[in-house]
Amino acid sequence: MSEKKESPTEETQERMVIKPSDIDPRFKYEISKVPGAENIMLCFQCGTCTADCPIARFSDSYRPRRLLRMTQLGLKNQVLSSDVIWLCAACFTCVDHCPQDVEIAGVLRTLRNLAVKEGFMPTVFKELTSNLLQTGLAYKIPESRLRRRRETGLPPLPESNLESVNKLADVTGFLKLIQARRD
Amino acid sequence: MTGLKYLLFLGCAIPYRVSSYEISTRKVAEKMGIELVDMPEYNCCGLPLDPVSHDIMLALAARNLCVAEQQGLNIMTLCPGCAGTLRKVNKMLKEDKKLRELVNGYLKEVGSEFKGTIEVKHLIQVLAEDVGFDRIKEAVQKPLSSLRVSEHNGCHVLRPVKYIGFDDPENPIMLKRLIEATGAQCLDYLDETECCGAPISGVNEKIPLELARDKLNHIKAVGAQAMITICPFCHMMFDTNQSRIERMFNETFFIPVLHYPQLLGLAMGFSPDELALKELRVDASKIIDTSIAHNMRTSEK
Repeated sequence: MSEKKESPTEETQERMVIKPSDIDPRFKYEISKVPGAENIMLCFQCGTCTADCPIARFSDSYRPRRLLRMTQLGLKNQVLSSDVIWLCAACFTCVDHCPQDVEIAGVLRTLRNLAVKEGFMPTVFKELTSNLLQTGLAYKIPESRLRRRRETGLPPLPESNLESVNKLADVTGFLKLIQARRD
Repeated sequence: MTGLKYLLFLGCAIPYRVSSYEISTRKVAEKMGIELVDMPEYNCCGLPLDPVSHDIMLALAARNLCVAEQQGLNIMTLCPGCAGTLRKVNKMLKEDKKLRELVNGYLKEVGSEFKGTIEVKHLIQVLAEDVGFDRIKEAVQKPLSSLRVSEHNGCHVLRPVKYIGFDDPENPIMLKRLIEATGAQCLDYLDETECCGAPISGVNEKIPLELARDKLNHIKAVGAQAMITICPFCHMMFDTNQSRIERMFNETFFIPVLHYPQLLGLAMGFSPDELALKELRVDASKIIDTSIAHNMRTSEK
């Protein structure tokens, strides 16, 4: 996923041309029902989140304040299809600093969850997901590492209960969600 | 101080590629009298999948908590991501009845139920709160008093305050005090509490490397001889990626990055080999030699 450079003209255009058909007025209500994103409507655009965000310092496009405003406005498709929502590192600095008690990282996570439902998911998550279902862990521990554990005198790595993991993936709807993404 | 016993939750990243953290922790814990029981049948804490589905994160974390409840032991993790996630979900499920009902509905399908009977702590929280600074100072046999280092806390050990409640995220002092207990000096630097960027490495390589470079520069500027981390991901950013950052930006750092238990282990008298210091990408032998030579000089006097 590449960084999208925002030239001033592009940003001005985006700001000026918001058509009523781009707006889903129910979007903010949908978001605010999700635990962790309840306070989305309280954001008054002070910009503390963006100012304190370590990622925003080095990114031309990741601006949490902007994403919060776009969400409040109902620019659902634009937000969910954007690469930018995947740049939050979940360091939670914004959550601690927000004067309105908006869990910004929680809103970002909610946006990502919805993006996945709409069919947008970076490749890396396909790998993590497949590892989880096969091994119970997010990473597939290579055989060489397991051998090295034995050589260095470390106890063997406990095996995950794969049956339970896959059952949980099923009952939470995760499996169905992922299968839809694979098709 | 007797009877400290925890379930060791290893997570995914440590067995995957940061075994020196595990090796040094086990050595230090044993000598400190902390009994570590390998957590059976554990699965991913859930955090890496949270962006895809909040519900699978909750279910995975809760299942781990249930395993610990069945064992009747508190969890100790080495990875701040695991600690933060398990602590957060533990708190949420204890306090939010509606959420607990939802998650227990999932858990019922695998024959488990969340009861809320255990606690989760990261290694440094165990050391600071349960072992205590006095006990750590007593265990130090070779104070590293010639060494000047800087710390990098893992975000999820500290934030968000409302779920974690350990130390002060705006001015964290616990890791500093733990470092100072080894005799080493811990130097402040600019933007100390900033994230290493590792969590987005999978979607953007450049930003995390720029962030890590920034921190390495700030640490270099204050003259630290080493960096001390407590997170496998931060460690990968600063140690594994250090030579890559040097090439990318045409800079040199040569700053060894030690896991905190490696530093403590050296002060407790373990050999560099016992603490798997050879596994570090950035050679740490120079700072080890300096501290050992200093100790020899001091003992001769």
